[in-house]
Amino acid sequence: MKILVCPINGPRSISEFAYGGEIRPMPDPATTSDGDWARYVFNRSGVAGVKLEWWCHTASGVWFVAERDTATDTVLQTYLYDAAGRS
Amino acid sequence: MFTVPDRLKPTYDVVIIGAGGHGLAAAYYLARDHGIHNVAVLERGYIGGGNTGRNTTIIRSNYLTPEGVKFYDESVRLWQDLAQDFDLNLFYSTRGHFTLAHTDASMRTMRWRAEVNKHYGVDSEVVDAQEVQRAVPMMDIRCGGHSPPVLGALYHAPGAIARHDAVAWGYGRGADRRGVEIHQNTEVLSIDTEECESGRAVVGVTTNRGRISTRKVLCAVAGSTPGMLKMVGLSSPIYIHPLQAMVSEPVKPWLDPVIVSGSLHVYVSQSARGELVMGASLDPYELHSTRSTLDFVESLSAHMLELFPFLSDVRVMRQWAGMADMTPDFSPIMGLTPVAGFYIDAGWGTWGFKATPVCGKTMSHTVATNRTHPLIDAFGYDRFSRFELTGEKGAASVGH
Ligand SMILES: Cc1cc2nc3c(=O)[nH]c(=O)nc-3n(C[C@H](O)[C@H](O)[C@H](O)COP(=O)(O)OP(=O)(O)OC[C@H]3O[C@@H](n4cnc5c(N)ncnc54)[C@H](O)[C@@H]3O)c2cc1C
Repeated sequence: MKILVCPINGPRSISEFAYGGEIRPMPDPATTSDGDWARYVFNRSGVAGVKLEWWCHTASGVWFVAERDTATDTVLQTYLYDAAGRS
Repeated sequence: MFTVPDRLKPTYDVVIIGAGGHGLAAAYYLARDHGIHNVAVLERGYIGGGNTGRNTTIIRSNYLTPEGVKFYDESVRLWQDLAQDFDLNLFYSTRGHFTLAHTDASMRTMRWRAEVNKHYGVDSEVVDAQEVQRAVPMMDIRCGGHSPPVLGALYHAPGAIARHDAVAWGYGRGADRRGVEIHQNTEVLSIDTEECESGRAVVGVTTNRGRISTRKVLCAVAGSTPGMLKMVGLSSPIYIHPLQAMVSEPVKPWLDPVIVSGSLHVYVSQSARGELVMGASLDPYELHSTRSTLDFVESLSAHMLELFPFLSDVRVMRQWAGMADMTPDFSPIMGLTPVAGFYIDAGWGTWGFKATPVCGKTMSHTVATNRTHPLIDAFGYDRFSRFELTGEKGAASVGH
């Protein structure tokens, strides 16, 4: 991967971006069990596949979502968080 | 050098997945020290073709945690007579190892490591920049004025390098001679379990060459660990990033010790053939691939030139990558798991070559007795659920 498409700034060199890790739902700390909290804090879905990830265009500070295949390093699409209909 | 068994037996006492150094060492000690010979090592590719044959072979024990220091120190001890044990030249070469400090904060970490190391009898001391200069006259300790200068270093006299392939071959041949079967081109496709009193237990393994029944499986597959854990329904903190390395053309010997700089993201040694073997930090994002990049060569070369400007005409000959199985605390995950008969030796990330002998020793003990070896107590699979991490980042964050 040499180029990533920022939803605001368009296609830019990969050196302008920072990886923010997979998007993972956070359990409610007030109600979740210690075990589930530990799993949330530490465990990762380490198997290769298409994942939803946080990326940041560091030059402009734009955080966005990338759907990326972690086996082939191909990005299927990128979009702003809201645009996906998630809140 | 090895027997090539023509077919899998229907059943083995122990099946080891992965014929890297770790899997083969465990097989060797199972046969040699525990009298367990009915063992199969299954390897998807070829012996040592994973991270074992891709690593930059730095061996040291100057870690940060007491648990880490004791464990790696035992490994360095085991390395000493391994070549005699195997009757094979491992090109084990004690060079001394400098971890350079370019800031006051890293001098503080070096001091901390030196004190922990000395407490456990490991040869480790903080030295000043002049001492580094005396040991490596060709280094520009001012870093060309581009980066902060070298203020001092952690010096570790036992620091060494060895020939990685020979280590895999030595353990493999030793295991083979003691009756262990090594099956190359044999990929594990699934691990079969059944209900038992404590939950689930291993009963067999399915490969591209057929099914085997066994009660004990040791998983030593480094960068393929998450997929293997999924086969038995376990999740883990392990995540995969590539780690790249490169070598220069051979040049006359000028660099005796191993040099590491965390600030510059460089580590380098000169091999017996004269090549400079160089590495840096992990690639910045998750990827399950061993592709290499020009970015890596450019940035590592730039940092090398800050320390060694006279190398500007030296050519890079080869580059490659391995898949590093990283953990959040930079310590491995070793021992028993919640699945009965499923043992793990993983989370070795960027630093597991040096631990090959002690991993073989402790994992063979753990598999043979079904009890965690005391030296690996702090590396258990279940430590995360108890929030009891073994934080080695201060000594392991520059891959080597
Ligand atoms: C570039 C680089 C530099 C490094 N530098 C150093 C260093 O200087 N010092 C240090 O101590 N460590 C270093 N390391 C780390 C070290 O290489 C590893 O931690 C160590 O070699 C792991 O050994 P292993 O036997 O566990 O894994 P591997 O050697 O990777 O063996 C695992 C084997 O499992 C096989 N396998 C995977 N899936 C399956 C399957 N489904 N069925 C059958 N077989 C399978 C693979 O083919 C592979 O051969 C470095 C790593 C890299 C990548």
